[in-house]
Amino acid sequence: MIEQQRETEIFNRLKKVDDPELPSVSIYDLGMVHEVTIDDNAHVAVTLIPTFAGCPALDIIERDVKNAIEEIEWVKSCDVTFSFDEKWSTDDITEEGKQQLKKHGVSPPPENYQPGEEWSVDCPYCGSPYTSMENVFGPTACRSILYCRSCRNPFEAMKPVVSYTAS
Amino acid sequence: MSLVETAEQAKQDAAYKEALVEVLYQLADDDFIISYRGSEWLGLAPHIEEDVAFSSITQNTMGHAMLFYQLLEELGEGDADALAHERISNERRNGTYFEIKNGSGTYLEEPQYDWALAVVRNYLYEAFKKVKLEEALKSSYAPLRNTADKVLMEQPYHLGHWKTWITQLQDSSQEAKERIQSRLDEAWKQIGDAFELGPKADDILAKEILSSSETLKQRWLDSVKETLTYVPNGDLASELGNGRAKEHTDQLDQALATLSEVYNSDREAVW
Ligand SMILES: [Zn+2]
Repeated sequence: MIEQQRETEIFNRLKKVDDPELPSVSIYDLGMVHEVTIDDNAHVAVTLIPTFAGCPALDIIERDVKNAIEEIEWVKSCDVTFSFDEKWSTDDITEEGKQQLKKHGVSPPPENYQPGEEWSVDCPYCGSPYTSMENVFGPTACRSILYCRSCRNPFEAMKPVVSYTAS
Repeated sequence: MSLVETAEQAKQDAAYKEALVEVLYQLADDDFIISYRGSEWLGLAPHIEEDVAFSSITQNTMGHAMLFYQLLEELGEGDADALAHERISNERRNGTYFEIKNGSGTYLEEPQYDWALAVVRNYLYEAFKKVKLEEALKSSYAPLRNTADKVLMEQPYHLGHWKTWITQLQDSSQEAKERIQSRLDEAWKQIGDAFELGPKADDILAKEILSSSETLKQRWLDSVKETLTYVPNGDLASELGNGRAKEHTDQLDQALATLSEVYNSDREAVW
């Protein structure tokens, strides 16, 4: 039972570690947490799934996760590793993650995206589907810049990334 | 050939491992040099949106190179960062067409770079990369399949970007059309070695690590012919040498010298 509680505690903490490039959206809600193990010596190992290859935020995330977990009283130490065998997809973003993204003017990725096809998303501010793509490459590898023709606001969207072979 | 699941398993068959590392070096070194040439465009692209897009592609592509260098590290080839930055030109397996300069001048002194070369080269490269990685999805080496799949999730954005550029330029002004065509003529004379599999080609095929050179070439030609309104006559040639057999131009030496200067100045930096 205590094990269960400890695990829950770890996950609750991971839900509070934000992506440095998407403040207020946790790495948990982005679907980056692959595995958490706790051994008998209260050593915690967290395995994360990297988002985009070459994303410069990964080192910051690694540090933030380690610090956050080691702040928990009973934790002796925490190791963070990235698993390159797992493939992150934007389908892994949780419902909570999508809501948080919208709240901050970033549209969640479109559903039913086909790799290589054009895509569009609704405006995160007014919900209008009348949007246009300004630059598929935004300020970071994971985001694009769009424009809403209804409320005339520029906004960002998470770029959809899905597996080829799974589809 | 049954599936080889791990690096440890691959290392038990010396011939298998030797053939495998050739393919991985090709993939890693291609991504590495094309992103180096891309990084030299920083701040010089035709407009600000393009600068953002190009540098995002470049950074992501360098990330892909590192994924392949990590596979080499697992196979005992050495530290991934060192593999990327410290190898001299006659240890490299990248296609020679991807190493040539962006134009005259250097990044710091009067860079007279040619956007037509950037568009043609990057488009042809991304189309090639897609074909090669799709074939790698069938590889007998499971970690390669896996990495190919991950890279292919991100790469459609790169290919899409350069495809848009070439589609627009090849049908715009007469000057643009001519410049694209002459860069395509040049590419046809220089890109041939990219399709080669190098000195271990026979084992690469026998051990089902990758598909044949002919398959890669044919699939690539089919794909670029769908986009290009002008396709040069004649066969693909390798006038600059055979990069897969570690033959390179002095332009690669120049690139590596510049690069290692930055790398050596701060080895602890995060790339
Ligand atoms: Zn709107």
